[in-house]
Amino acid sequence: MKIILNIWRQKNSSSPGKMVRYELDKVNEHMSFLEMLDVLNEELTRKGEDPVTFEHDCREGICGCCGFMINGIPHGPERGTTVCQLHMRHFHDGEELWLEPFRAKAFPVIKDLMVDRSAFDRIISAGGYISVNTGSAPEANSLPVKKQCADRAMDAAACIGCGACVAACPNASASLFVSAKIAHLGLLPQGEPERDRRAVRMVLKMTEEGFGYCTNTGECEAICPKGVKIENIAMMHRDFTRAVALFREESKVGGAG
Amino acid sequence: MSFQLDARTPSGPLEQRWEKARQEMKLVTPANRRKYTVIVVGSGLAGGSAAATLGELGYNVKCFCFQDSPRRAHSIAAQGGINAAKNYQNDGDSVYRLFYDTVKGGDFRSRESNVYRLAEVSVNIIDQCVAQGVPFAREYGGTLANRSFGGAQVSRTFYARGQTGQQLLLGCYQALERQVDAGRVQMFYRHEMLDLVVIDGRARGIVTRNLVTGAIDCHVADAVVLATGGYGNVFYLSTNAKGSNATAIWRAYKRGAGFGNPCFTQIHPTCIPQSGDYQSKLTLMSESLRNDGRIWVPKQKGETRNPNEIPEEERDYYLERMYPAFGNLCPRDIASRAAKLMCDQGYGVGPGGRGVYLDFKEAIGRLGRKTIEERYGNLFEMYERITGEDPYSVPMRIYPAVHYTMGGLWVDYHLQSTIPGLFVLGEANFSDHGANRLGASALMQGLADGYFIIPYTIGHFLAQVKPGAVAADHPEFLAAQHEIEHRTKRLLSIKGKKTVDDFHRELGKILWEYCGMARNAAGLRHALEKIPELREEFWQNVNVPGSGEELNQSLEKAGRVADFLELGELICLDALEREESCGGHFREEYQTEEGEAKRDDEHFCHVAVWEHAGEGKRPVRHVEPLQFEFVHLAQRSYK
Repeated sequence: MKIILNIWRQKNSSSPGKMVRYELDKVNEHMSFLEMLDVLNEELTRKGEDPVTFEHDCREGICGCCGFMINGIPHGPERGTTVCQLHMRHFHDGEELWLEPFRAKAFPVIKDLMVDRSAFDRIISAGGYISVNTGSAPEANSLPVKKQCADRAMDAAACIGCGACVAACPNASASLFVSAKIAHLGLLPQGEPERDRRAVRMVLKMTEEGFGYCTNTGECEAICPKGVKIENIAMMHRDFTRAVALFREESKVGGAG
Repeated sequence: MSFQLDARTPSGPLEQRWEKARQEMKLVTPANRRKYTVIVVGSGLAGGSAAATLGELGYNVKCFCFQDSPRRAHSIAAQGGINAAKNYQNDGDSVYRLFYDTVKGGDFRSRESNVYRLAEVSVNIIDQCVAQGVPFAREYGGTLANRSFGGAQVSRTFYARGQTGQQLLLGCYQALERQVDAGRVQMFYRHEMLDLVVIDGRARGIVTRNLVTGAIDCHVADAVVLATGGYGNVFYLSTNAKGSNATAIWRAYKRGAGFGNPCFTQIHPTCIPQSGDYQSKLTLMSESLRNDGRIWVPKQKGETRNPNEIPEEERDYYLERMYPAFGNLCPRDIASRAAKLMCDQGYGVGPGGRGVYLDFKEAIGRLGRKTIEERYGNLFEMYERITGEDPYSVPMRIYPAVHYTMGGLWVDYHLQSTIPGLFVLGEANFSDHGANRLGASALMQGLADGYFIIPYTIGHFLAQVKPGAVAADHPEFLAAQHEIEHRTKRLLSIKGKKTVDDFHRELGKILWEYCGMARNAAGLRHALEKIPELREEFWQNVNVPGSGEELNQSLEKAGRVADFLELGELICLDALEREESCGGHFREEYQTEEGEAKRDDEHFCHVAVWEHAGEGKRPVRHVEPLQFEFVHLAQRSYK
């Protein structure tokens, strides 16, 4: 089948970008979207042109590296699918597509379709963890966890950190990403001691990084390739509000001894 | 012989060895730890857990990954689970049994002391991960659930749906980010290690390329830890992530680190078959599917009917027939070879006859669709997304694919390579899995190495050296930096007619054909002629566009493929020299009458350790004899 691609080409973060049109004649319907771009890149290389830069790694929909906009939709038209697992059988012969990087103030473009998502790491670093040094863990079955809680925590923990939710949000909010971690850890008894601190620190960090506020548009949930639910955002708001009222930084007075 | 292959294995009763070794190790006091800098290359389960734990201990850690975040490391793609000898199921498991299953599964080509330690710390791993908030599957009473995996007759595998690797990695990534926040770990994202610097016989740092700016930088340390994963991508098509590569360990090999058993590669039996030449990678379907799925081929050669129309009596459930005791859950090497055998004999299904059925009809009938959905839902979805077929109604088609490399840099009991101060963890080292790895054991090894072994052994090393004392402008650093700049320029200046992928695909075809699931001397000799020719052509005719001073994915690939073109040759050489069959290394000349792998314990009960002898020179093969004091060497039987 034939596919026409209009791809955002941008040499680096400081140069302006533009759309460039490419035509591919021999696209196989069993190819993944990225395999189609591989074919394009092979052609460009043979012609001595610069291949299109796009991020990818596992190509199994789990590492979270890949992702760009296809006709304005992060990861393209198929629901619950990352772009590496999107196959060409979902497109028709002669279809024209527009590929752009994820757009958000907090995700500056590095090159072509590749953006810098390190803000996500800094948000996790601000409190998206349970503080337990290696070796200090109690016997695993000494703390029973309700199956329902473990299952819901797993639903939230399925987030792959691809950033599609930010790209889909009209406010470029990272609320779905941040709330997924707050819910994952907050739903488990192990996460309880740091629940307030986590909510406050992560939410404030999100704002500091330049992400917008959540206005309950719901685009994030609609496009999330892992089906992470907007109910997590409700939990984040509740935890944040409660924590702002209750949370105090740790005592600065040193321990005895 | 320039190598001193002292494995530093403790003596005495097996179950006391690790404790005894720890008692004898020297310690660095908390106040002195921050004076030592440790470089960790790789941020997967092994590297991430090592970096986090060393940070917690107070060392000054620099951690490097080529991806945009440590959370992307390929450990994330592991699906099925992680083994641990908790015996929560009360089904007869024990540390000894996990140890025994692992030694036997590896076809008696691993070190007893190492494997026992692995089984021993497996229980601590589960405790640690649960405390971090890893959402393992649970029973209604709130306790942890288990499933079965290949090569075992007990249920000891812990899992988080079909995303166990992801959840374990996120636990370890979060621990790592906590140390980043604490200022004890400095992360270097989008940095690729391109060389190891050895000064006065000791690893003293690395040279990296910043993948965004192209800057080549030197990083000094008191010890270097490589946790850069396996080299399965040497075959081009594999279940590895596209970026997984051998460059870090290959550079270390060329700087004097011994390479252990390079020919031990694992072909995983259950992957989605290749669909065309454009294919960029193969996708694994978790081994856990073999708990409930039954593998079969039609009894009629060249069968064309829809699988659902083929009646029971015309199906050959060949694994259940050939290995009744373990059935569909026999080890990976055995299941893969059996699939190849069936297809070679003409019973294969799907395009080109390269596939066998993995059928859930019976399990859906017995357990109901809902239970199957709960257990494998995401795997079934993934299969459907890729193939466009619904596995709830039509059997999956699967075929073996390259998945894991048991070989890797040689390490002693302390996980130190032949270069003092260079430690190697996880899949990047050769230890623990022998000639075949059991399912759900890679995650276990990665985390055992990073959380529970390296923190002790690296302390022992550091306690004996003075911190600092080398600067980044030391002549050895500058020489390594200069060499890389030169190599980069050379790659960019060839401007030939073929792309990097053209060469990579061709290398992959040679290796798959002559050094894949079955190998023989004539084929290996042929490959040993072909690969150097291909390498020669690569350096004459490759086309790498762009420049070195910018983000250049073609250049990144070219450097990795250049190394694969050298490593591929060593793999074939090792396969040729090992004149026996064991685990995943199946030499056609050495098989039993029933077609099973036939070991030669008299001549090959050892680790082959290769030493780089200089450019263009044949590498030197050393051996580390394997002694079995506790396990009786027997022919593996899963019948």
